[in-house]
Amino acid sequence: MSFITDRKRVDGLGSSHSGVGHWMSQRVTSIALIPLSLMFLFPFIRVLGADHAVILQTYAHPYHALVAVMFFIVLSMHLQQGLQVVIEDYIHGHRKRIGLLIANKLFWGGVAVIAAFAIAKIAFSA
Amino acid sequence: MATENQGAAANPANRPLSPHLQIYRPQITSILSILNRITGIGMILATVLIAWWFLAAATGAEYFAMVDGFMTSWFGLLILVASLWAFWFHFFNGLRHLRWDAVKGMGMKTVRRSGWIAAAMSVIATVLCIVLAM
Repeated sequence: MSFITDRKRVDGLGSSHSGVGHWMSQRVTSIALIPLSLMFLFPFIRVLGADHAVILQTYAHPYHALVAVMFFIVLSMHLQQGLQVVIEDYIHGHRKRIGLLIANKLFWGGVAVIAAFAIAKIAFSA
Repeated sequence: MATENQGAAANPANRPLSPHLQIYRPQITSILSILNRITGIGMILATVLIAWWFLAAATGAEYFAMVDGFMTSWFGLLILVASLWAFWFHFFNGLRHLRWDAVKGMGMKTVRRSGWIAAAMSVIATVLCIVLAM
């Protein structure tokens, strides 16, 4: 008979091997995206389809530039977190799973950097 | 016993498997739960597309004309409108999830009602945004 407690025996044995921390940070990005997504969406749908000059002028404004950068950073985090759970749920096999989890992080890190760079370039060159 | 062991190959330890989705009658609760994941995954495309659009705008007029041309083509707009609905669905259904996380609104009646409200709101908000965009 083992002297390990029940809690210690099962800790980390779920499909993802961890949990509460990831779950909590997913709620944090969810809540942050409530205002950010709306602040990004409404100006975006109004300006979409306009001339290049109008797009540059819009996102050169500090408000729109900062909202867009913050939105893309938090959105990328949230997508990374969501996809991580999907990978953990459906992808079996250690190598494949670890490979996809790493690719997922790098991909969304890349998207956030590209979007932030592009918007910053627009904001700084206007 | 013979029928019970049919899944033995896929389940070597013969542990009880999670019930398969196909044997359940679809319900508003299960459909919306699955849709939450599908809409989340579905928005990958629009996110990458919009990031690419910003990169093109920062790069130059010619490159922007190409990417913007794709975004505002019928195919691009189809992706964007589908993603717009996906966004609003994920948004309103996400609010339900956040409420449940606070241990509120968890009665079966409330869960079903909030589900229908979220589904209806997602359609209304999508239509309003399309009108606003025009």
